[in-house]
Amino acid sequence: MSSTEHLKEADRVMVICNSCRYCEGFCAVFPAMERRRIFTEKDLKYLANLCHNCRDCYYACQYAPPHEFDLNLPKTLAELRLDTYRDFAWPALFGGLFKRNVPATVLIAALSVVLVSLLTLIIQGTSTVFSTHLGENAFYKIIPYLIIVIPMSALGLFVLTSLTMGFRRLWRDTGGAADEIIDLRANVGALKDALSLKYLAGGGHGCNYPDERFSHIRRWFHHFTFYGFMLCLASTTVAAFYDHFLHWRAPYPFWSWPVVLGTVGGVALLIGTGGLLYLKKTMDPVPAAPASFGMDIGFLILLFLVSSTGLLLLALRETAAMGTLLTIHLGLVVALFIALPYGKFIHAVYRYAALVRNAIEALREGH
Amino acid sequence: MTPSIHPSFDPDQVYDVLVVGGGNAALCAAMTAREAGAEVLLLECAPKHFRGGNSRHTRDLRYMHASGNEHLTGPYPEEEFWEDLIRVTGGKTNEKLARLTIRQSNDIGQWMAAHGCMFQPAMRATLHLARTNGFFLGGGKGLMNAYYNTAAKLGVNILYEAEVRDLELSDGRFAGASFVSQDTVQKARAKAVVLASGGFQANIEWLKEYWGTPAENFIIRGTPFNKGRLLRVLLDHGAKPVGDGSQCHAVAVDARAPKFDGGIVTRLDCIPFGIVVNRQARRFYDEGEDFWPKRYAIWGRLVAQQPDQIAYSIVDSKSIDLFMPSVFPPLEAHSIGAMAAKLELDPKALEETVADFNKATRPESFDPGELDGCSTAGIDPPKSNWARPLDTPPYYGYPLRPGITFTYLGLTVNEQARVIMQDDRPADNIFAAGEIMAGNILGQGYMAGFGLTIGSVFGRIAGKEAARHVLD
Repeated sequence: MSSTEHLKEADRVMVICNSCRYCEGFCAVFPAMERRRIFTEKDLKYLANLCHNCRDCYYACQYAPPHEFDLNLPKTLAELRLDTYRDFAWPALFGGLFKRNVPATVLIAALSVVLVSLLTLIIQGTSTVFSTHLGENAFYKIIPYLIIVIPMSALGLFVLTSLTMGFRRLWRDTGGAADEIIDLRANVGALKDALSLKYLAGGGHGCNYPDERFSHIRRWFHHFTFYGFMLCLASTTVAAFYDHFLHWRAPYPFWSWPVVLGTVGGVALLIGTGGLLYLKKTMDPVPAAPASFGMDIGFLILLFLVSSTGLLLLALRETAAMGTLLTIHLGLVVALFIALPYGKFIHAVYRYAALVRNAIEALREGH
Repeated sequence: MTPSIHPSFDPDQVYDVLVVGGGNAALCAAMTAREAGAEVLLLECAPKHFRGGNSRHTRDLRYMHASGNEHLTGPYPEEEFWEDLIRVTGGKTNEKLARLTIRQSNDIGQWMAAHGCMFQPAMRATLHLARTNGFFLGGGKGLMNAYYNTAAKLGVNILYEAEVRDLELSDGRFAGASFVSQDTVQKARAKAVVLASGGFQANIEWLKEYWGTPAENFIIRGTPFNKGRLLRVLLDHGAKPVGDGSQCHAVAVDARAPKFDGGIVTRLDCIPFGIVVNRQARRFYDEGEDFWPKRYAIWGRLVAQQPDQIAYSIVDSKSIDLFMPSVFPPLEAHSIGAMAAKLELDPKALEETVADFNKATRPESFDPGELDGCSTAGIDPPKSNWARPLDTPPYYGYPLRPGITFTYLGLTVNEQARVIMQDDRPADNIFAAGEIMAGNILGQGYMAGFGLTIGSVFGRIAGKEAARHVLD
């Protein structure tokens, strides 16, 4: 189906839902729907990004297929959501990456691993890469300090710009005014909802994964993934601070903040992404959008690989395998960065925008 | 050994309790009997996706409680419950069974929660029921999912697409049931049976016995599987009926609704805010007689009495936002004549009706939140409240048909849910619960969430008594 057809289907479904309203206890989508009588394109894109895909409403739906109304809200909103990911990508040229996300992710990952490895080998020579390095600066003997810092900073800046531009486009295209986004109370509310994954608890009893029974398992796996990711980010930040301001050079001892944070974060990521991948594999496919399946697993696999190579690097950093593992890990990190705005990660940005919009509407209504 | 059609069914076994039906009452009976130690077989006529009878279209259950809780905003004592029931039924109830239902519903929410039901606080449109009724998270299908899970865990044998056609009855005793599954006729034997297979509202032929050909134009709001087959089998075998077969709960639904299973979304709440005309473009009843929740249940019958069983509600743009949106968009026109064309009515007749109506309206203060006395003068039928002229285009039109929710005719039962025979003796091992016997208690009228109360209370009684009969 085309984007227009996805919008049409979302409108059809929302009109049915809005005259039923049995699901209003599940999540924010339904109260937000009830604030409207007709659904504009902006409304539908907003609602699509507000949906956390918990699927509770699908299994509770008296109109779900094979009923002639053929109502499948999680799937309908997931399809529209994917369209917004593609349409709001910056630069627009890269929106196409959402269409064939698995080949794109694999290609990006392979290219960046190969490129980093080749560059390292050419610059440093095989004898350096394949020998053991110990003590301060060991990593930089493989990849010189500036070669890590300068390209990664440039890449980081690009990714940040891209995510910001996507956020702006979505905000505007879901009917948001520029000054609304700085509403402090709305942001506090949205942040609470996001950090607690409130709506992955459905109406308090959890998601319907892998089947119609309620469970908090998906929420837990997501928490492991999110907080694992944040711990790894914290680890990198602390390491950069040590390096930049205290002039302590990596690798750091095991009982140091960067390594402890990174290790805990890495293990959490393995559990989280592994668990989410398992749920993707075992879930009932009917309430899912087949087109977004590749995107969902592509990012999870990449995260899984980044954290497993990171942990391996930690375990084997005092052996001759360190050089190889460092280049692979770094190559994957580069790929992860590139993939952030053009894969599943973008949901975090757009979901937050939708949660802020929801908080603004709820505050306006006096809830 | 006879080969089995399904792992949950052993044709050679004599089950303790056979439960016929797969809605709320059936599940309550099956779980209760199983918990009492009985080996239970449940035969549900519908495929798994459509399991749960009319319960899958419900949303809330009314129950007695001494104090509010996290889902209910206050107490609902027995006397108030009883008075509410007397008011809606006009006294057409069996007081002994009604009081039993009310008392045994006391704090039934706890039992439901223990069997998987998830409650939520009432929100928005349903706030007027927040004190008396417990609302299920996600509605009745969610409740059915939970009950089926619990029943399966308890070890109830469940068969879908198993339609019971006949019962082996002799001298008021049940011995077995024949059912169709996978296109073959099977025989299930059990020591007791609980009939929880609903009313007959989806059986158009049966409805025609009372309504004639107009019944062909009725829309059935709920499951297509409630054909009343077992109700008929029992009545043919000398069970004592209760309730008036010609009566059914009928509301006005959108005429574009599916023939069956349209559920909640096809109801229309626009009627008090405009006028309703029939095929001749003539008004026929006071659209603003009382608050809509108190009047909507008479409009099914009113429409059924019109030519071709169709009517049209017309509002103007002043009122379009005053009622809940419905599933089919209204027909829209910029003049009354154009609206008539869209509804295929005589334009002159409709223009005349609207002009007469508009002339009869008076400039009183309009308030949709109360009986505002904003009424017509000098026309018949009058409109007693919310009578504003239709003068602000665009105009919106909704076609209406009678939408049948449930029927009242059922089987007489006693306090043990035993089916009573014509000679007033209770059947030895035949029990009934749910819509098939609700007419004992709700002889006429309607009270939100009360059908499930009867089904839950009598489902549990039937399950308990059937198990006791078998195991003692």
